[in-house]
Amino acid sequence: MPLPRLIPCLDVAGGRVVKGVRFRGLRDVGDPVELGTAYSDGGADELVFLDISATVEERAAGVDVAARVAEQVTIPFTFGGGIRSVADATALLEAGADKISVNSAALERPDLIEELARALGSQAVVVAIDTEEGRVRSHAATRDASRDTLAWAKECEERGAGELLVTSIDRDGTQDGYDLAQLAAIGDAVALPVIASGGAGNARHVADALEVSQAALLASILHEDPERLVTLREELRELGVPLR
Amino acid sequence: MTTVAIARYGAGNVRSVELACRRVGAEIVDDLAGADVAILPGVGSARSAMDGLGAAADVLRARHAAGRPILGICLGLQLALDETEEDGGVAGLGLVPGRVTRLEAERVPRIGWARVEPGGDAYWFAHSYEARTDATVATSEGHAAIVEHGAFTGVQFHPEKSGAAGLRFLRRCLSRA
Repeated sequence: MPLPRLIPCLDVAGGRVVKGVRFRGLRDVGDPVELGTAYSDGGADELVFLDISATVEERAAGVDVAARVAEQVTIPFTFGGGIRSVADATALLEAGADKISVNSAALERPDLIEELARALGSQAVVVAIDTEEGRVRSHAATRDASRDTLAWAKECEERGAGELLVTSIDRDGTQDGYDLAQLAAIGDAVALPVIASGGAGNARHVADALEVSQAALLASILHEDPERLVTLREELRELGVPLR
Repeated sequence: MTTVAIARYGAGNVRSVELACRRVGAEIVDDLAGADVAILPGVGSARSAMDGLGAAADVLRARHAAGRPILGICLGLQLALDETEEDGGVAGLGLVPGRVTRLEAERVPRIGWARVEPGGDAYWFAHSYEARTDATVATSEGHAAIVEHGAFTGVQFHPEKSGAAGLRFLRRCLSRA
């Protein structure tokens, strides 16, 4: 297996990195290129940019962000948020993104996964699954998607997804640790790489997640501070995690 | 300055390859036949790539026959072989003897950083198929990572997305031309 991956996640809106709870109280915390470069220099294996723009106008900045990031960052990055068609996804990949991530749009129209896999190759298609108590939630986890998480994970694989980004909603932002049982169950159900998300509070949590998943998404644990990534990597090495 | 031409067949990652080549000091040109190095990038599926190559396929064959350098990246490596299992079976360019089969790995696609031996540097991989050829000169976890045959070099990883190690590799590769 390739080495376990650490993937900082940056929320972007209107072309800036923001921090906040969903659409409320967003605070500008920096430029996506500057922060992305700093994380890359700090040892990130990949980056995820999640566009949480509230409006279509803001979202139009997404392709520009991807293009600017690609000019400075020489590690792979995924772009997610608001992708509803092959055309949306292609524009991001042509700008320099390596993968795109879809969530609610795939739940609404699962054929989208096949279309994306056919056009871009499975390796470029990440399906993000927000899960709580074994059920999938959609629309920034505000709605029940009427789907069992394991069944949906398998369906995503059959339809051609290349990776699953699994966020445990009840852990997200808590820093209480990843939902290891859920991640392990999904990892057993599919043969795709799984990216664990939601709940990282310390290096031990991340090390545990990397035992059952192939990558860990790092959001609130980093506090938008690339220096924290450097110390986290040192702590993980001390715990015996074989990082790059 | 080394000139590099990139074969365009609708693959999505051309811009990343261009940016990386410029970063290591190469000049991007359009002339696939005349450039110091031709790059066959790779992302997408084998059939649409071969269809998309069109006339560029003959240009690449002629370059190879004349001993002029070609770098194949990921799918670009796989397309250089005789045939691939992908998409129900597709004939490749036949620059390198061998074939491409569905990847046998614990998790497919195989995505992430993995060490390449000999050397030990880690590069970024993202693939579901693998090259099987006697021209393999370096491997990663048992899978072909670098293939060399005549003036053709093929890499299963993405040097353009493998940080400093990838750029070092690319610089070496282009400076040999």
